Amino acid sequence: MERVLGDKKAIFVLLAPALVVYSAVMLAPVLISMQYTLFTGNAISGFEYVGFDNLTRMVQDPGVRRALWFTLQYGVVLTVTQVGLGYGLALLYQFTLRRGSTVIRTLLFFPVVLPTVAVALLFQRLFQVAPQDGLVNSLLNVFGIGSVDWFGNGGTAFVVIILMDLWRSAGFYAVLLYTGLLDIPEDIMESARLDGASAFSMVRHIVLPLSLPVLLSSLIFSINGTIKVFDSIVALTNGGPGDETTPLTLLMFQTSFSYGQYGYGASIALLLTVLSLLFTLAIFRSARRDNTKV
Amino acid sequence: MSTSASIPAATVAAPRSGRPPRTRRPRRDVRRSLSRLPGQLLVTALLLLVLLPLVWLLLGSFKTQDEWLNGSPWALPSGFEWSNYSEAWTTGQMATYVRNSIIAVVPSLFLIVVLGVAAGFALEVLVWRGRNTVLLVFLLGIMVPGQMILLPLFTAYFQTGLTGSLWPLIITYTATGLPLTVFMMATYFRAVPREIFEAATLDGASMLRSFAFVGFPMVRNAVLTVALVQFFFIWNDLLIALTFTTSSDLRTIQVGLLNFSGQFGQVQYGPLFAGICINVFGTLFLYLFFNQKVMKGLAGGAVKG
Repeated sequence: MERVLGDKKAIFVLLAPALVVYSAVMLAPVLISMQYTLFTGNAISGFEYVGFDNLTRMVQDPGVRRALWFTLQYGVVLTVTQVGLGYGLALLYQFTLRRGSTVIRTLLFFPVVLPTVAVALLFQRLFQVAPQDGLVNSLLNVFGIGSVDWFGNGGTAFVVIILMDLWRSAGFYAVLLYTGLLDIPEDIMESARLDGASAFSMVRHIVLPLSLPVLLSSLIFSINGTIKVFDSIVALTNGGPGDETTPLTLLMFQTSFSYGQYGYGASIALLLTVLSLLFTLAIFRSARRDNTKV
Repeated sequence: MSTSASIPAATVAAPRSGRPPRTRRPRRDVRRSLSRLPGQLLVTALLLLVLLPLVWLLLGSFKTQDEWLNGSPWALPSGFEWSNYSEAWTTGQMATYVRNSIIAVVPSLFLIVVLGVAAGFALEVLVWRGRNTVLLVFLLGIMVPGQMILLPLFTAYFQTGLTGSLWPLIITYTATGLPLTVFMMATYFRAVPREIFEAATLDGASMLRSFAFVGFPMVRNAVLTVALVQFFFIWNDLLIALTFTTSSDLRTIQVGLLNFSGQFGQVQYGPLFAGICINVFGTLFLYLFFNQKVMKGLAGGAVKG
């Protein structure tokens, strides 16, 4: 049997196409992109070797520093809020709605599948101030608050970006975390209930510790996605006003394709890759420590 | 006749055993529904938050430019301005964008599924040295940001003359879809008992035959799920499409929509909202349609064992 399952020809025929495509279009470009960091120029004008110039320039560039800071801010704020909100929704599905939650779950999941570009254009209009107030500003007016030019400064634009991404992703994290809650054995909950535990202490002492693994994988999943944010910001603010909402991904894109600086763009891409690697490792390590403690 | 008359009588006489009769403990019922009130209010608020923007979007797509500029944002459209849709479809070039998206998505999805399932099978069911390492190499691809591969690919497509066609999209989508697909398929194949392939071999099937006629059909439902996930990744992608669509008639639906306002002099709200609507509700319809298929497939699989 071993001999049949180890059929060399079958292994080659089944694996080779995928491996060749993956190596040629993903692995090789990753390596070549790292090599680009040592060059200046682009595909059209040709390349020139400059050594570590790109990397030293990147360390000193205030634009890169701002984009890095924005990326971290966005990543941390969105990860905490979307996993938190998703967890709240999951608790709601599991303990308040119970069986009746299927329809609600499906409806709240809708925004997840919608194209980001379309949602961003919709949110631009929801929050617009000129030539006509959007839904949000006119609602504020009802409560006697003046219209806000949401996209006029970085702070309020950041708020809109976060709100939109929460709107888009909360339903997804809710379902993800809900499946984790389903695994909590009913008899543990029942015996705690019989012992007179309050809803809060049940969540604090039983539900939370037992759903820690799925919570942590959600965090890893989320931080990895949010650090690579591109679509929602490009379509909503395009990095503006100025570069106040420009993350590393967008800065890399503009550097490479608007200014044709491939070497510098590749350096920013490398920084981005290292960043997501570091975050993943950091959460993995803290996860292991926490698990031994609980 | 007699049976239909006896049903209501029986219901009154003996309420269904699973649920306690309603009239027995009214005080507890009232308290229970009161304690559920905050939850229900919360759910209503959440549903409003999710659905209101979508309803507003749909209503907005029927408004005239004049209603947009001079009316209240809360006002209902005075009539159905269907010309917004034809405007978006033709002048706004949504027709071209949708066609381009389909041309890019269908072949990539097909390749992702065929290559990914085969590789998942080779990595999980077949036994050979180094297969765990190869699986790990595929896994690494999940974490790499798209920005890390764009520049070399752009250079390569430019040098081989593929720029100016939809090939760069098809090739890039296929490759970026593979890591997750291979990983997921390997996980699904783990659950398939090895004895099935032994039996197929004893019956004289080669390994390739038993992959095509035994292995593949056994994970059919998983394939549907993976294809659905990948479809939405590709259909909704902006980064890769934005990088490799060098001319306006190659734009996919997302890139097209992003540049939509530019097609007209000033913002034409009606056609813009019609364009967003086509994208949003089209995608939602596809999701509901495919999701039902997947659910049906899963249920069918469960019944058949």
